[in-house]
Amino acid sequence: MASLKEIISELQPSATFEEVDGILTVTVDDAYWHDLAYALRHDERLSMDFLVTIIGVDHVTSLGCVYELMSTEHNSKVSVQVSTTDRTNPMLHSVADLWAVATLFEREVYDFFGIIFINNPDMRRLFLSVDWKGYPLRKDYDESPELNPVSTDNERICDTTDRWVEKDGQIVKETVEVFKPGDFVVNIGPQHPATHGVLRFRTALDGEEIKKIDVYMGYIHRGVEKLCETQMYPQTLHYMDRLDYFSGQNYHHGLCILYERAAGIEISRRAQVIRVMMDELSRIASHCLFIGTYCMDLGATTMLFYTLRVREQILDIMEKTCGARMTFNYSCIGGVMQDLAPDFVQDVKALLAVLPANIKEYNKIFTGNIIAKNRMEGVGKLTREDAISYSITGPSGRASGWACDIRKWQPYSIYNELEFDEIIAHEGDSMARFKVRMAEMEQSARILEQLVDNIPEGEYCVKVPKMLKLPKGSWWQLVEGCRGACGFYLESDGGAKPYRLKIAPPCLPLAGVVDHITSGLKIADLITVGGSLDYIVPDMDR
Amino acid sequence: MQDFAVITNWIHDFLISTLGLPTWLTVTIECVAIGIGLLLLYALLALFYIYFERKLCAAFQCRLGPNRVGPWGLLQSFADMFKILIKELIELKNIDKFLFALAPYLVIIASMLAFAVLPWGNGLQIIDFNIGIFFLIAVSSIGVLGILLAGWSSNNKFTLIGALRSGSQMVSYELSIGLSVLTMVCLAGSMSVGDIVAEQNRMWFIFSGHLPAIIAFIIYMIAGTAETNRGPFDLPEAESELTAGYHTEYSGIHFGFFYLAEYLNLFIVSGVAALLFFGGWMPLHFPGWDTFNHIMDYIPGVIWFLGKAFVLSAIIIWFKWTFPRLRIDQMLNLEWKYLLPINLVNLVLMACIIIFDWKI
Repeated sequence: MASLKEIISELQPSATFEEVDGILTVTVDDAYWHDLAYALRHDERLSMDFLVTIIGVDHVTSLGCVYELMSTEHNSKVSVQVSTTDRTNPMLHSVADLWAVATLFEREVYDFFGIIFINNPDMRRLFLSVDWKGYPLRKDYDESPELNPVSTDNERICDTTDRWVEKDGQIVKETVEVFKPGDFVVNIGPQHPATHGVLRFRTALDGEEIKKIDVYMGYIHRGVEKLCETQMYPQTLHYMDRLDYFSGQNYHHGLCILYERAAGIEISRRAQVIRVMMDELSRIASHCLFIGTYCMDLGATTMLFYTLRVREQILDIMEKTCGARMTFNYSCIGGVMQDLAPDFVQDVKALLAVLPANIKEYNKIFTGNIIAKNRMEGVGKLTREDAISYSITGPSGRASGWACDIRKWQPYSIYNELEFDEIIAHEGDSMARFKVRMAEMEQSARILEQLVDNIPEGEYCVKVPKMLKLPKGSWWQLVEGCRGACGFYLESDGGAKPYRLKIAPPCLPLAGVVDHITSGLKIADLITVGGSLDYIVPDMDR
Repeated sequence: MQDFAVITNWIHDFLISTLGLPTWLTVTIECVAIGIGLLLLYALLALFYIYFERKLCAAFQCRLGPNRVGPWGLLQSFADMFKILIKELIELKNIDKFLFALAPYLVIIASMLAFAVLPWGNGLQIIDFNIGIFFLIAVSSIGVLGILLAGWSSNNKFTLIGALRSGSQMVSYELSIGLSVLTMVCLAGSMSVGDIVAEQNRMWFIFSGHLPAIIAFIIYMIAGTAETNRGPFDLPEAESELTAGYHTEYSGIHFGFFYLAEYLNLFIVSGVAALLFFGGWMPLHFPGWDTFNHIMDYIPGVIWFLGKAFVLSAIIIWFKWTFPRLRIDQMLNLEWKYLLPINLVNLVLMACIIIFDWKI
């Protein structure tokens, strides 16, 4: 079989190739980009069906995008670079017609870099308010507060969206209404108990039935990627606890691996084992909270307290070792911050002893309940194709039959030595998403069982220069957070601060798919579906 | 059996004969006294119920519940009540002010009126007339009007959806309540509350009514839970969907009225269940067990009635803290496709039992 490079150069002779961090990187001119994208997506030899993320990069001379693509069929990956030298009116072609999630990713790039995507149906800002001046991730962005003063009047809502459409070779700007006139639009959020944070669904209703949902995010956008560009490498780690605050350990782990790979640091096995154990403890704690809050959303408040008992036990373990219950800040470049607490092993064993009984109890109280079954089964079905097209990874993706567990697919750390099953369900409904998480807790417990007695001796952190400088280049790392695949993209200019650090969170696509799977369902189903997707708002907003 | 009629008659005689008051004044004084007594009872019962539910729910959730204010947290609900009394009533713009203010009173009046016919004890019933049960069903339907008005007049989309849900729910489940009450009225042969209780002197209806009584009881409990807008039928105020449903925009004591009415409706629903199936204030009697019956008679009727009502309320509270919420279409399906047909068949069954005289 011909190599990726040969196939792509056959399809698009103008493309140039280089190998970056072990991934084939294709550079192509924007004029040919859409054709190449179509071929990448639909050519049977390539079938790059999973768009992991779109990374906007400002190279000062040019503005561009890096598309990280993966094929679920051939297990291959490729990244594509497209750029434009026009800084005043940068335009690229959209791929929203090929990957559904691209609509959202391109809006994010537009928001931060001002790159307009031709043919994208929705070109509003994603996180920043409608009247924000400037594009913050551009290198020439003017930060002065006079330009964007803190507003004292009501929030402005944009009911129309601009789009740039190609007609007979001409690019025409159109303005379209988000909702149809006469739609009964209800705001679910930003202050709403079921959105689990400040997320806003503008929901067009017909009686109890949902016609359309417009997801409005950015209420908790803190510009983490921008902040990272001003911080030293070790300092950037601290933001990772503040994205998906239940996967703090996993995100720390991912970014540390990325930096260590870039710097060529080998860490001790002890540190690796500790990191993996912390990841899996986080996963159990996170899924516990999911089960509790999800049941609460459905009206069964009591379950929350049952699941919180286990979660508290895990947080106690974390607190003893990390000194924190939420923002652990534990993994660091070279290993972990401090050694394990003396009774860590004993505590983990105590947890493993009570966990199976607890899971059994959850199933007894909730899973078999007839009302719970009626509320969840068949509600919010997501097919495997849609899950891939919308980049729905993590337990939600696996519930649709997509084996997308990064721990199995692209093993990192010591995951390839561990024995655990990837939980996959094929129903794709809310019940499947619930059950997958329930079963994943058991698998995480299995991993912990294998490691708890085998924590090797050794140093927990290797010596790393205080002033860490990474060589020039770019790196890409995927890890499995509690809610799905989290990607980190680093571009370094050889200094002590990242030139561009992109965090590709799993929750942004999760919010993007809500409209697709809830249309035609009832309001109550929005809560069921939203809860079962289990998005975390700070993670999508960053 | 203790008879409270002795006391009430004595008061009446005292006012008329000893003080020599005219009849109209006597009746007025008595009415005012009963009114004040009812209001007090109403407030106290609501406070007790809030405490009762919080303690029960805490037990289900492996918690302790209120335990700081007063011994065993007994004064917690009093503290909460004072807090709610001194809270600001927030004025809203662009609402129908009159209806907005009227709605909580309608809701509370509906549950107050229902108190009039409850059989509190032997001779301790405010008014006993021949269509007592009918009156009860009629007045409890006024409540839905208050809820609809509250949701509509608030000028808020959430409250509107909540009110409409509530309307469809109440109208549907009123049928089930009505039919299961009718089944028991057939068995009792009277609509008067006093007669229904007296009829159960031999044995409570739940025992003497065969299978139909048990079916009617189960349906009544389900429909009663729905009537009180409690979980798993709390769709009108589903907090994870509609924030607080029809009373989202209410504050201070106006919100308090809705809150009180919810608990009092819970009491009324369980009180009526106690009346129809467990003999109201009637002690536990079994034919032939004379000594046992005699011992049971020593326990005052008030305690019997309240005890039964509290136990039945505890079951409804148990529902709420166990089950997830239904969806609107599932809720309507349950009523129209299952409960209503079962109820109709049940009514025929009961009629057969009475016609062929299969009563135990």
